[in-house]
Amino acid sequence: MALLECKNVSLAYEGKTIVSDLSFSVERGDYLCIIGENGSGKTTLMKTLLGLKKPHSGEVIFSDGLSQRSIGYLPQQSTSQRDFPATVKEIVLSGCLGDCGARPFYGAREKQRAAVNMERLGIKDLSSRCYRELSGGQQQRVLLARALCATGQMLLLDEPVAGLDPKVSAEMYALIEDLSKNCKITVVMISHDIEAALKYSTHILHLGEKPLFFGKTSDYITSETAIRFIGKNERRSGENE
Amino acid sequence: MSEFFGKISLYLEMDFVRYALIAGVLIALSSSLLGVVLVLKRYSMIGDGLSHVAFGAMTVAAVLGVVSEMVVVLPVTVAAAVILLRLSKNSKVKSDAAIAMISVGALAVGYLLTSIFSTSSNVSGDVCGTLFGSVKIISLTGFDVILCALLSLVVIGVFILFYNKIFAVTFDEDFSSATGVKVSLYNTFIAVIGAVVIVLAMNLVGALLVSALIVFPSISAMRVFKSFRAVTICAAAISVFCVLVGLLITIMASTPAGATIVAVNIAVYAIFSLLGAVIRR
Repeated sequence: MALLECKNVSLAYEGKTIVSDLSFSVERGDYLCIIGENGSGKTTLMKTLLGLKKPHSGEVIFSDGLSQRSIGYLPQQSTSQRDFPATVKEIVLSGCLGDCGARPFYGAREKQRAAVNMERLGIKDLSSRCYRELSGGQQQRVLLARALCATGQMLLLDEPVAGLDPKVSAEMYALIEDLSKNCKITVVMISHDIEAALKYSTHILHLGEKPLFFGKTSDYITSETAIRFIGKNERRSGENE
Repeated sequence: MSEFFGKISLYLEMDFVRYALIAGVLIALSSSLLGVVLVLKRYSMIGDGLSHVAFGAMTVAAVLGVVSEMVVVLPVTVAAAVILLRLSKNSKVKSDAAIAMISVGALAVGYLLTSIFSTSSNVSGDVCGTLFGSVKIISLTGFDVILCALLSLVVIGVFILFYNKIFAVTFDEDFSSATGVKVSLYNTFIAVIGAVVIVLAMNLVGALLVSALIVFPSISAMRVFKSFRAVTICAAAISVFCVLVGLLITIMASTPAGATIVAVNIAVYAIFSLLGAVIRR
């Protein structure tokens, strides 16, 4: 049974329809990468999956014990966060807020979960350090730990390696793959990094004017869409050099 | 030295001095708590705009001859807060220009109304008092102090009770709403609290200087401290300290209260900047 299913969803951005009649599903344990050009609606789709935006038409269905509120979200960093005075622990704990409900303060269970997730991502030593003094890769780990506090099932990652150097990016990808394989966490990721998307994902959703492709990564590589898209990317990077 | 303390204890026996100190401390606490959130959310200018709107509303209340000005000023400022917040969310309107328009417009209309309709012979004195709060704080009555105390306690209580949610919404709105926090509700809530605090703080330092009370303590605290909790507690402490010291100087040297408090805040900011630079090295 699918954890998450999109049925004939259309998305609009500032009144203009950018994606129409999109259908796909995510099963438990999948690693789905959403790729496509800028402005093809990747971020809008992600906001729709999280319930921050309503789909123009169609529906998003959650089942198998997953609710919209129990998705772990890793947003792109905003500029005001870069100089925010907060410790790693304070930020990771805020991922547990969904479980608190009307309770005003965190209990022992939430603190325990924050500690476990900091340990899991190797940032336990940083727990009392200030967020703004960390490197880009460390900051991303903090936000990932926070996302893990909000979920045990599904992570939604919005360009998790944006702005990171190649070595740190590789570490980040390894971390995410570990979570996907060993912790059985379903991953949905927006990515500009087509190479890594092909390497790590099990499924690919390629957005464009129409939903151009949805299926297994192995089928994607030989599809016409991929050949056109990858070819274009290679040409573009060739021009840049 | 004993002469100095003798003078202070003499003053402390007077009702109006005690009222001023109690109201001052409570206002300082609530304005600094609000300040941490406004500064981090990049809403400082909204706070500034609101204080000008509050001034405009104050003059309208005076022209209408309302006895308790709060009754007019508070709802008008709350409404302006909600409108300004909406504007800043809407990327189609240039929000900084909108804030400038509203704040400077309210200031002009306020002064115009006072000049045309004022019954008092000393118009510039009245305006100066409202803008810089030179007389307000020592003319507080028992009722004003009770109202001030109640509103401040509500603000402080709300802040403590919703501390974790306020932190989450301030740090990351998208993530918070994804985990089910009603972000727009909290934002409206913060705007309303902000309006209340600004109207209260106007009594202490006057309309033009209110933003100093909101911005300075939290910025000073951020120079030195690195966690949200430490910044919040330190900002509250700085704010109370500055108001107390400022009021004492005012009483002893008969300087204008608002300007003195802000001057103390500036001095503390300088010290904390220095301290922060030393620590970081």
